[in-house]
Amino acid sequence: MSKTMEPDLHEPSAGIPRPSAQKEWKHPSDHWMRGFILDNRAALGTLAVFIVMMAVFMIANPTVFTTWYLYRSVLTTLPVALFVVVPLVFVVTCGEIDLSFPATMGFASWVFALVVQAGYDPFLGIAAALVTGMLLGFLVGSLVVYGGLSSLIATLGMNFLLRGLIQIINEGKSMALTSLSDSWAYTIFSSQVLGIPVQIFWAIGFVVLSAMLYNRHRFGAQVRVVGDNPDSAQQMGIDVKRVRVKVFVFVGIGAAIAGTFSVMINFTWWPTAGDGYLLPVLASVFVGGTPTWGGIGTVVGGAIGAVTVSFIQTGVVAAGLSGFYVQFFNGLIIILSLLGHKWNQARYR
Amino acid sequence: MAERLIELRDISKSYGQVYALGGVNLSVDRGEVVGLLGDNGAGKSTLIKILSGVVKPTSGEILVRGKPVTGWSAARSREAGIETVFQDRALAVQQTIVRNIFMGRELTGFMGFLRVNNEIEEASRLMREIGFTSKVFTPQSIVGQLSGGERQGVAIARAIYKQAELIVLDEPTTALSLTETAKVFHFVRQVRASGRSILFIGHNIHHVFDIADRFVVLDRGKVALTTDRSEVKSAEDLINFMEEVAHPGGLAGLHDAGDAEQRAR
Repeated sequence: MSKTMEPDLHEPSAGIPRPSAQKEWKHPSDHWMRGFILDNRAALGTLAVFIVMMAVFMIANPTVFTTWYLYRSVLTTLPVALFVVVPLVFVVTCGEIDLSFPATMGFASWVFALVVQAGYDPFLGIAAALVTGMLLGFLVGSLVVYGGLSSLIATLGMNFLLRGLIQIINEGKSMALTSLSDSWAYTIFSSQVLGIPVQIFWAIGFVVLSAMLYNRHRFGAQVRVVGDNPDSAQQMGIDVKRVRVKVFVFVGIGAAIAGTFSVMINFTWWPTAGDGYLLPVLASVFVGGTPTWGGIGTVVGGAIGAVTVSFIQTGVVAAGLSGFYVQFFNGLIIILSLLGHKWNQARYR
Repeated sequence: MAERLIELRDISKSYGQVYALGGVNLSVDRGEVVGLLGDNGAGKSTLIKILSGVVKPTSGEILVRGKPVTGWSAARSREAGIETVFQDRALAVQQTIVRNIFMGRELTGFMGFLRVNNEIEEASRLMREIGFTSKVFTPQSIVGQLSGGERQGVAIARAIYKQAELIVLDEPTTALSLTETAKVFHFVRQVRASGRSILFIGHNIHHVFDIADRFVVLDRGKVALTTDRSEVKSAEDLINFMEEVAHPGGLAGLHDAGDAEQRAR
């Protein structure tokens, strides 16, 4: 082998004091901004879509978009979506999908409603709802992972099955929970601080925590690796099945919180609770820049996606267009975002 | 004489009536690079799988540093300091180099959160140890952006983590261009320079010839030849020998050199 064929790989000379490992590898032309943009391009792309969309709405009707009322209504309902969008980013990154979360929302909030109606403290109800959500998530996850089923079909089936159970037992009847309004739980989870709905603070906390879990925790690292190359993960000693079940349990927890929050907003539990969230939540995940093929994703992007999707409806109506335009704009934003992300992020194989 | 790191004695493996290996002896000393050669179906893969504990031998003995080991398994193999870089590279290509190196054994601190800076430092050290440095990528680059040879570098860096003493490279240069192969050889030499042993499996004799201290040629489940580098004059000698083994009775004479080389690949 001739010397010229050797690649140009040189040890840094020993005499030069080494800064930190991170600095040492840095390309001279690298700027921290460049790295930041490259690392977060999916989320930033989603943010750009959101800003452009809001700008269009504001130009169409400046007066409505400067009133606080509009934002307050979005900030009340948005958190419900956020609690399921974020865990779904984990599921999609892991190479799976979960369509059973609307029924889990309904089921867990049903347990919450039953506990509250029986006269127990709402905190106990929340705990019961969380346990229900975890169990349902575990059930769905085990079915998919250990049953070796396609998550797309199996979770769709579970969604119908669980919703059917709720309908059969309740015969379509709702539950009014008026006692909630003067409970501590309501003050903490569903009131307003300085005119801002508190739900949004809990949701932001959840997003931040989940983003850390995704980017800076062993769980998130293993979820990404499993979604990227499950065979490799298995070879390196990761319990792939366990990781997969865990992401479904996470969705169960998120759905339980979301369901409980939606009941606390309305003081009423409906047997259809959660049903309307299926498509907007899925759209949010993909609008947010998490690709369908697994291995990568963005929690913050998903959150921005959820904000975008929830502003479409409000925005279209507030901008003076009739409600008939909502679906059209929903579709437009989804397609434009997907095209944008396709151009924005390369797929490595 | 260097310390004997691992020794496989009289290893046999049969799948039902079919013998994959029939009494193979193989040993690797500390700091030695052994080239394991053989045609497709010679039993190389089976031998590697036995060495890494994935497959259990039907009979035979495994000795680690001269001591016989019972209950050989994948975990035991790792404990003994054997790390295998499998043919398909087994990398998660959408993740960073750091994430691949620490796959399944993340460095974590408080409540399972990653110690990101420690991981970067450690990855950086491992990469430098095998001469895997560059001006165009960092430990935080995505593996998918790297070339084939560089990806092997990631796999090798991952293998030497945790004080691995024997690195098993299963055909690391298959399907790589000449320059990429050169990169892999560069990493392999660095690994050897660090005092680790290497078992280099290949069917391209030229690739193995350049870096091995000793050759073991497998043929139909048996060791056909064990020889030191010094005893072989050129790669062609080895090719001729393998031809002779594969087709006893001078069938090799029917082929010209180019043809033989092609088959050796």
